[in-house]
Parts: sequence; C-alpha cells; structure tokens
Amino acid sequence: MSGAGAPLARTPLFSRHVAAGAKLVPFAGWEMPVSYTSILDEHRHVRASAGLFDVSHMGELRVRGPGALELAQELFTNDVSAAPVGRVRYGMLCLPDGGVVDDVTLYRTGPEEVLFCVNASNVAADRDWFHETRARTKSRAEIADESEATGLLALQGPAALGIVAKLRPAGAPVPKLWHFEATRLADVPVLLSRTGYTGEDGYEIFAEAPRIGALWDLLREAGGTALVPVGLGARDTLRTEAAYALYGHELDRAHDPLEAGLARFVALERPFCGAAALRARAAAGPTRRLVGLVLEGRQVARPGTRIATDRGDGIVTSGTFGPTVDRSIALGYVPAGLATGAHLHVDVRGKLLPCQLVETPFYRRKRPLGKGR
Amino acid sequence: MKDHEYDIPDDCQYTDSDEWVRVDGAIVRVGITDYAQSELNDIVFVELPERGRQLEKGEAFGVVESVKAVSDLLAPLAGEITEVHGGLSEHPEWLNEDPYGRGWIIALTPEDLEALDGLMSAAEYRAHVKARAGK
Repeated sequence: MSGAGAPLARTPLFSRHVAAGAKLVPFAGWEMPVSYTSILDEHRHVRASAGLFDVSHMGELRVRGPGALELAQELFTNDVSAAPVGRVRYGMLCLPDGGVVDDVTLYRTGPEEVLFCVNASNVAADRDWFHETRARTKSRAEIADESEATGLLALQGPAALGIVAKLRPAGAPVPKLWHFEATRLADVPVLLSRTGYTGEDGYEIFAEAPRIGALWDLLREAGGTALVPVGLGARDTLRTEAAYALYGHELDRAHDPLEAGLARFVALERPFCGAAALRARAAAGPTRRLVGLVLEGRQVARPGTRIATDRGDGIVTSGTFGPTVDRSIALGYVPAGLATGAHLHVDVRGKLLPCQLVETPFYRRKRPLGKGR
Repeated sequence: MKDHEYDIPDDCQYTDSDEWVRVDGAIVRVGITDYAQSELNDIVFVELPERGRQLEKGEAFGVVESVKAVSDLLAPLAGEITEVHGGLSEHPEWLNEDPYGRGWIIALTPEDLEALDGLMSAAEYRAHVKARAGK
C-alpha cells in the first residue's frame, strides 16, 4: 500500500514495535507504528497515566563553534540570547518572505552551541537551509546533521515524571518546564528535556541511536502497567486536542507564524531571516488566521475540507475526533475578522455541517496548585 | 509485517470492499469485516441510510468514520433497506468490538438472492485479505 518509491527507513526500535504488535504505516519516509492496540485507548492512557513514543524519525541539527549563536539567531524566529544553557525554545525557521521552512525546538547546549530538533519530513530541507544561510551570512559556524546517530523518545502523561525518577538517583533535581539536562537514566547517557507535544507533562529524551533500545526497555520496565507504547495515531489526536501545529498541515512555506497564531514565538523586535516581512505583515494585519472548530456532530472534517463563512471560504488543516474532549475538532484557516463563538459550516462530502469557532487549545491539562510554569 | 489473524466466519459471504453479508431468512444482514474495522482503527461515527431506500449493487449507502480515516459502505447486493441499526449512532464502537454481531449495519431484502453467488466465500475472502496484507 506504500506504493513505489524509496524504501522506508526504520528506527532502531523497529523490531520492538513489531514484537509489540504495532500496526505500521509509512510516515515522512519512515515505517512507523500508527498504533499498538487502539488509538483511543493509547490516547486516553497518555491523559490518565503515561505513554511512550518512538520519535526517532525526527531530525537533529547541531550548530556550534565561533558564530554559532549569530547563525542560530538569523535562522530562528525566537530569541536565542534569551535562552541560557539548559533552556529549550520553540520557534520557526522562516524564508525572507515570512513563510515557514520548519517549526523546531532549539536546545541551548553550550555557550557557542545549539541543537535544533526538526521535523522528520524536513531534515534535508532544513540542512540545506542552514548551509544556504551560513553561506549568505558568511558564517564560520559548524553545522552537523546528527539525525541518524540520534534516537528520541517521548514519555508523556501525568505518571511520566515518577517513571523517570525511578531511573535516577534519589533526590536528583527535576528539570523545570522548557529546561533540559544532560544526565543518565540508569547507565544510558541522555538529554532529558521537560517538553512534549501532547498537552501533558513529561519528557522528550534524546540518546545515541545504539542506546535507544536499551532506554526503551528501561522505561517500559520502570513504567510497568502505568506506561503503554503509543503510536503516531494517538500522537496526532493528542497534539490536535492541544492545538499544536503540525508542519505540512498548519504550517508551510505559504503560511507565516503570525497567521498561525504563533506570534509569541517570534521575537519581532530583533533581526532574523523573515523579520522585516513579518513586521510589515504584523503592521498591515493578517488576512486569515488559524482557528479551532468544534463540530456539532461526530463527523470528522478532514484536512482540505472547505470552511464556509460569511466572510468567504476557509480550509481545514487538521481534523479528528478528540477522544478526551469527546467532540469532533478541527484546526483551519479562516478569513480574518471572525469572532470566537461564530457559527460556521464545514463542507463534508457535500453536506454543510454546523460548527463553532472556539478558543484553543481544545484540551488543557489541570496543573496542581503551586506548580506553575 | 506482523501476520494479524482476522476473524472471518464461515457463515458469511464477503465483498472485495470488506463488507460481510449473512443470510437471515428472506433478508440479509450487512456489516464490515474484522479486517476492515482493524484497518480503520477506532470508529467514531457511522452515517446510516434511510429505511426503505433502494440500493444498486456497489452503491454507497453510508460512511464509516474512524479517528484516522473515512470509508464508504458499499451495497453488496441490490435490494431494499428494510432495517437500519440505529444503535450505532450512539455506539459506533460496536463496529470495532463485535463486527459480525452487534456491529451489523443494515438489513436488506435482496432483489435476487442468487446474486449472493457472486460474493466471496470465507475461504476466498481470507485469501483476499492475505494477498493485500502481504503487499
């Protein structure tokens, strides 16, 4: 069913996925688990307890040496200088016109070193963009593509912190949200990052590719029944409920971060590639914006579905059934000027189905008192 | 690929679009197969037809929507829809849990019961599923 084309790549965990009974699908050139049991069950387990995701298909690009920070500042929409060593920042790589090359997380790993974690589908394009930008700015920084040598797991859910604590010395400090630490889990060297893509607390954990299997086994054992492996199916429903953008859906080279609602990750006051265009767009005001929709019925408005509004048509970029919110939800671009609460329609297979424009995220976890950001 | 074992009961006949048909006196019951529900994963919505509608063989009579995909339901035989399983509106998960039992979708009065001969037997359908899974 994958059709002709290049053979699919496999992560170091492939045989474990097969042994666990995963259903495998092609994704961004990789053969990845879409689910192990049921997307709904895996989704609910992450919200209630914890889930373990193999996201080793994602890319890692390191920039280091003299000029590394200046190059990162030119590439990245957020402010690298505001991220001391040990901090993570989310942001975009933009074209001169403000279109998005990729959305990435930046790890400030050293005074003159940053690590970008990038989308699997964009590794080659990002690497080219880094080199192009390096040449244009006459930078001397070193760029290393460490994607193949690096494995990445996401451990997400309210039980995630407790599971990791079992693999660390008693009293080891817990990284704060949007912080990371180079440490060990049992005897495996890792970069332990308090970040995620599900709307839950938890970690993203980098390790050398040859050690990622051992790390997977350690976490599965430490987690016991509190932890289940989770595929890309639930990763998508979880991130959609949390209204996190997915490159190729909400973001691409024809959309800018401002209309995608990501202005807080764009340091407009400083120079970076695309800044001038984005300042001009911000001053002119957006013509469209990314919004959340909740359908009245249980039909799903898939990507590409037309959104009918009294200000013209929009288009759905992501749509699914939200297992936790128990509603059919969608993200999509609509003409600017529509207010929260507006009643719109989505054209699903020729039928205009009623939906409402809502504030996002669709789902927000409850944080215990006294444990703010 | 892991070799999934699918439930393919011998008392049904099958279409190449993964519907099953079970003769029940003068009517036939229609649903989707275990293979189909497994491929779709969790089903969250079923669009059901009106009772009394006349269907041509192969005509789309409804839609099954899962978390990850949407699929048309195709009439395995020509005939009139005499029953619609309304409970699926509230419980689309029955299609996953019990595709050949509680997950039945419609009952048809076929124009011609002999048209059943054109459908696949359980053995033929098993080979059909295996051929696709091996791709």
